[in-house]
Amino acid sequence: MSEIAISASNLGKRYDIGARAEGDYRYKAMRDVLTDLALKPFRFMRSVARGERPSGHSERQLFWALKGLDFEIEHGQVVGVIGRNGAGKSTLLKVLSRVTEPTEGRVRIWGRVGSLLEVGTGFHPELSGRDNIFMNGAILGMRREEIARKFDEMVAFAEVEKFIDMPVKRYSSGMYLRLAFAVAAHLEPEILLVDEVLAVGDVAFQKKCLGKMGDVSRRGRTILFVSHNMTALRNLCTRAIWLSNGQVVEDGDAGTVVGHYLQENAISQHESVWPDPATAPGNDIVRLHSVRVLPQLDESTDRITVRTPIRLEFSYWNFEPDALLHVSLHLYSLEEVCVFNVASQPAKRPVGLLRDSCEIPPNLLNDGNYYIRLLVVRDFSTFVFNYPNVAAFEVDDIEREGAWFGKWPGVVRPAIHWESEVLEIGPPVARHEPAPPLAHR
Amino acid sequence: MEIAPTTGWVALRLRELVDYRELLYFLTVREIKVRYKQTAIGAAWAIIQPLFTMIIFSLFFGRLAKVPSDGVPYSIFCFAGLVPWTMFANGIQQSSNSLVGNANLITKVYFPRLTVPISSVLSGMVDFALAFLLLLGFMLYRGFVPNVHALWVPAFLLLAVVSSLGVGLWLSALNVQYRDIRYVVPFLIQIWLFATPVAYPSSMLSEPWRTVYGLNPMVGVIEGFRWALLGSGSPPGLMLVASSAAAFIILFTGVIYFRRMERYFADII
Repeated sequence: MSEIAISASNLGKRYDIGARAEGDYRYKAMRDVLTDLALKPFRFMRSVARGERPSGHSERQLFWALKGLDFEIEHGQVVGVIGRNGAGKSTLLKVLSRVTEPTEGRVRIWGRVGSLLEVGTGFHPELSGRDNIFMNGAILGMRREEIARKFDEMVAFAEVEKFIDMPVKRYSSGMYLRLAFAVAAHLEPEILLVDEVLAVGDVAFQKKCLGKMGDVSRRGRTILFVSHNMTALRNLCTRAIWLSNGQVVEDGDAGTVVGHYLQENAISQHESVWPDPATAPGNDIVRLHSVRVLPQLDESTDRITVRTPIRLEFSYWNFEPDALLHVSLHLYSLEEVCVFNVASQPAKRPVGLLRDSCEIPPNLLNDGNYYIRLLVVRDFSTFVFNYPNVAAFEVDDIEREGAWFGKWPGVVRPAIHWESEVLEIGPPVARHEPAPPLAHR
Repeated sequence: MEIAPTTGWVALRLRELVDYRELLYFLTVREIKVRYKQTAIGAAWAIIQPLFTMIIFSLFFGRLAKVPSDGVPYSIFCFAGLVPWTMFANGIQQSSNSLVGNANLITKVYFPRLTVPISSVLSGMVDFALAFLLLLGFMLYRGFVPNVHALWVPAFLLLAVVSSLGVGLWLSALNVQYRDIRYVVPFLIQIWLFATPVAYPSSMLSEPWRTVYGLNPMVGVIEGFRWALLGSGSPPGLMLVASSAAAFIILFTGVIYFRRMERYFADII
């Protein structure tokens, strides 16, 4: 199937962002201010008469959110759109869903478009779940009879059967989201545009939504999907478009593009020191002093590889005598998968500068980028302080033996000891015993 | 389907409204359902507003100022004017704020934006129906039985809706860019009330000024209402023509201006 679903050529969208500051008036004489004030209504009338979008100022500051975009998407493709914040991802979806007009270029679309830039658009807190399903469905472009037909299915998906006639303002935030997503998930357009709507909700529900989206894509629908969840993107999409400053950086196989994107955006931060306890991150109980990532390098290389032990040191000020403290460390991959969580031994600590350290053993982490979240915990279970992205580092691959040079799969890469034996020599002789297990790889 | 920048004058694309009639229906129902939620006396507010205004007007204009009322008891004369006026005024107020109030819809989903102010005006019909029933009851109590002229009431109601929507479209589109409108609207409604024969009869003017006065579309509506229900005044002639023409011109220019500004709504709201 190679029919074109979306074709964009030279697509551009320009925004006027805040014209010159009003503060400029300060430098004018009072007389100018008064004439300006007197003329304002006339300028206003003129711009209304011309049907322009008046700015009130001559010097505008222009910003191209999208510029010169060319791409074609075939029917049945599931395409991820990636890029940093402000790269133009959401603007692209807004243009494709006709929420806003492009400034130049054009897009041609073959098929019915459904867009999901937000879940629960048009939900009204005072209305019941039932009313909101119909309202939201109508806004997303469903026919009333279509909504009525899928109504029970939606309610079951959202697991809110008992509360369906209650105003949604009485719903828990989880119920609200589930209901909102249930409507969206039952939308059946030929082309679906999805903004980062899965960033909300609990993990179990996210999985359910991703599963539902997987369903959708397997039924041969065209999907354009914006997300920061690289794992989801790799699993769901066949193709990815990487945007930066409103332009396409790379367009191709999802795995490859995501890989390049992650490489480009990886940041290593091996050391952070806050010399002044007054301004260091923390609170009245604990303040950070320094965080260090110390790779235990040997002579052969100056990079962290999968075989390098990594020492992690956290020092912090404790201001409370005999506080029962420990630190808890979460290690995340760049795809936001938590690789592990380890904690130091809780102990009564004196007032002063303290240090907790540990070592990540060699042959544990796969190659990739990792970052650390640090929690300081008191009395075994009370979080005193939580600091995401306290440090980041990159683990390189080693020179491998053998003929496989591709990306080694997996989150971890342990050195696991294998034993290989010869149990019998020669071709098998027919017997009534089970066959020996096959050796792997 | 093709997406490209539009320039200059745009087609009105009113057929799209027909395609989205279900959304229009749901938006209107939502407005109606939400309007009196979590109020102690609910829809009674729809009646209280014209009723109390009538009492105050009767006291000051009827009793103290002795304003003439075309041979009808002043209270009924005044109330027959206030019922359509309240619909018109509330329609303007609700619709002028409707786009800004639904900013989250405008920036997230595509649909014909005209449905938003239209549903605001239409949702006022429920309030109108309640107040109208009260008016009928009041008339019967005072011994006014409507005659065959009452069949004209829907036509005058339509004229009131057209006027309200026309003004509402202008104000709602302007309000997206200039939040000044929020402060203008209450002021505008107050002035307009006194420029309309709600508290006094238009028979205080003589031709040709009556026809010029008719350029205020609500003049035709209210004089028409009184003539159709109470038989007071004269059957509206030239004045009604002027009012109808004015109402449709406001609506037509309103739709054009709205469609022209529509492309910027999502960016500047």
